[in-house]
Amino acid sequence: MTLTEKILARHAGKETVEPGELILARVDLALGNDVTSPIAIQAVRNLGVREVFDRERIALVPDHFTPNKDIASAEQARIMRDFAREYGIVNYFEVGRMGIEHVLLPDEGLVVPGDLVIGADSHTCTYGALCAFSTGVGSTDLAAAMISGEVWLKVPKSIRIVLSGKPRKWVEGKDVILHIIGEIGGDGALYQSMEYAGDGLAALPMAWRFTISNMAIEAGAKNGIFPFDKITKSYADERASRKYTVVEADRDAQYAAEIGIDLGALEPQVAFPHMPENTRSLSRVGNVPIDQVVVGSCTNGRIEDLRSACEVLRGRKVHDGVRMIVFPATQEIYLQAMREGLMEIFVTAGAAFSTPTCGPCLGGHMGILAKGEKAVATTNRNFVGRMGHPESEVYLSNPAVAAASAVLGRIGGPDEIP
Amino acid sequence: MALKGRAWKYGDDVDTDVIIPARYLNTSDPEELARHCMEGIDKEYAAKVSSGDFLVAGKNFGCGSSREHAPIAIKASGASAVIARSFARIFYRNAFNMGLPIFEVPQAVDEIDAGDVLTLDMRQGMLRNETKGRKYAIAPVPPFMQELVAAGGLLNYMASRRKGT
Ligand code: SF4
Repeated sequence: MTLTEKILARHAGKETVEPGELILARVDLALGNDVTSPIAIQAVRNLGVREVFDRERIALVPDHFTPNKDIASAEQARIMRDFAREYGIVNYFEVGRMGIEHVLLPDEGLVVPGDLVIGADSHTCTYGALCAFSTGVGSTDLAAAMISGEVWLKVPKSIRIVLSGKPRKWVEGKDVILHIIGEIGGDGALYQSMEYAGDGLAALPMAWRFTISNMAIEAGAKNGIFPFDKITKSYADERASRKYTVVEADRDAQYAAEIGIDLGALEPQVAFPHMPENTRSLSRVGNVPIDQVVVGSCTNGRIEDLRSACEVLRGRKVHDGVRMIVFPATQEIYLQAMREGLMEIFVTAGAAFSTPTCGPCLGGHMGILAKGEKAVATTNRNFVGRMGHPESEVYLSNPAVAAASAVLGRIGGPDEIP
Repeated sequence: MALKGRAWKYGDDVDTDVIIPARYLNTSDPEELARHCMEGIDKEYAAKVSSGDFLVAGKNFGCGSSREHAPIAIKASGASAVIARSFARIFYRNAFNMGLPIFEVPQAVDEIDAGDVLTLDMRQGMLRNETKGRKYAIAPVPPFMQELVAAGGLLNYMASRRKGT
């Protein structure tokens, strides 16, 4: 069995499972946010259910429109807060103690290797980096899971992605996944699992693996999963709040396809509007002047990402025509950025440094684009209107390229700065 | 159950941000969501759609976010079903969990033009393009999903299972 099949079988109480099989599986953690959980909460209340399956196995994170953007958002956030209090939800994270859900949960040790996690948010697939199975579902699925602790799933086929070599300077996890999505397309892994393998894994720190798993959904995949190795172990040993299980793929596991990637051959990638699959190598981008740069999100809001942006920004200034906004993903990262002096580098360079929030990543608040404006963002989606006006444009990149673009006033790499 | 209405035709990769832009996600009121349905791609849709109409689209319909607001908005707009070459996986399960019928009928998608009158008989598993005089068989729904439908949706199914154990 593949990694995904093994974890699913264990959670369905079965010896084996096969692709295509529909199973009812036990969840280790169910996640909701301020956008998706109000619908789930309403459903739970409507059914007259007074108790959730396990008060410690539900995480509720207000991150999308918080700190409350407007009155409607405030009301939504309150539905979640009231529910958390009333039902005794242990893992509710209030503003000031929160973070973007997909960075927060693993960092808090709430997701551990071997877990099966569902979340009413499409980027729940992020935790595959920890050798866990995790996938995004809808609010109704979340409601059902909060009540029963179970979810129905179709066992996906798996695609094996074999990484080799070492990435060059300024090539990061973001470039690996953008390259893959560019190769296979936005539905290239539809209904399937992306499973990583190969000796190139040794060159991928946890932060990069989270970025890569995060964007599995941008290839249509159900999940993106990494094998458990030394790098996973040191992260899990430091963070895990529960005992974890190490799962390995069988030697004779069946894969629907295999893709090989030479990390050493990659350049930084930029995804052009309006699909993440519209990738180009940085050298082929041409002259694209920009109005805004966003560094943050569940894709690239980790401390490693801020460090990478700062390496480029140190001693430099954000271009006159550019607004740069930086969103550390969690309070812990915010504090760390302060301690390391990263915050000072950003602010001195002329960037805005914000409290953790999804903010402009989904066009919510804190950096919406006007008609015709262009932004470089370290986020994961560049759909029409994603960051504001339907005629604005978002270009996706890694944090170093985003920072370099902020200095240049156009899309460009660190090596192009004089 | 037979459905009848006109086709609203869209291309590939219709994502959840155009079905219901995120700026409207600070509400989950179906009527309010319906007012902005498809706004990112078609400003006319919400105002002109008639009850029973069909959304017809290319591959990977509903890609992007997990927001159930997307099938809610489509359902509340009056559309009776979505027919596409393929669906993004979260949209597929959401639509199903919410009771918005969706069907993968690639050949029909190629041959349907905007405004064509369609009828769909779920029991017979047949989609007809009345304007063009063509008909297409629809793949049967898997048994597990039929069970969910019979129970009245996912939540009722879960609730009844819970009582049983
Ligand atoms: S940062 Fe962006 S992609 Fe991540 S959870 Fe928030 S809105 Fe979604």
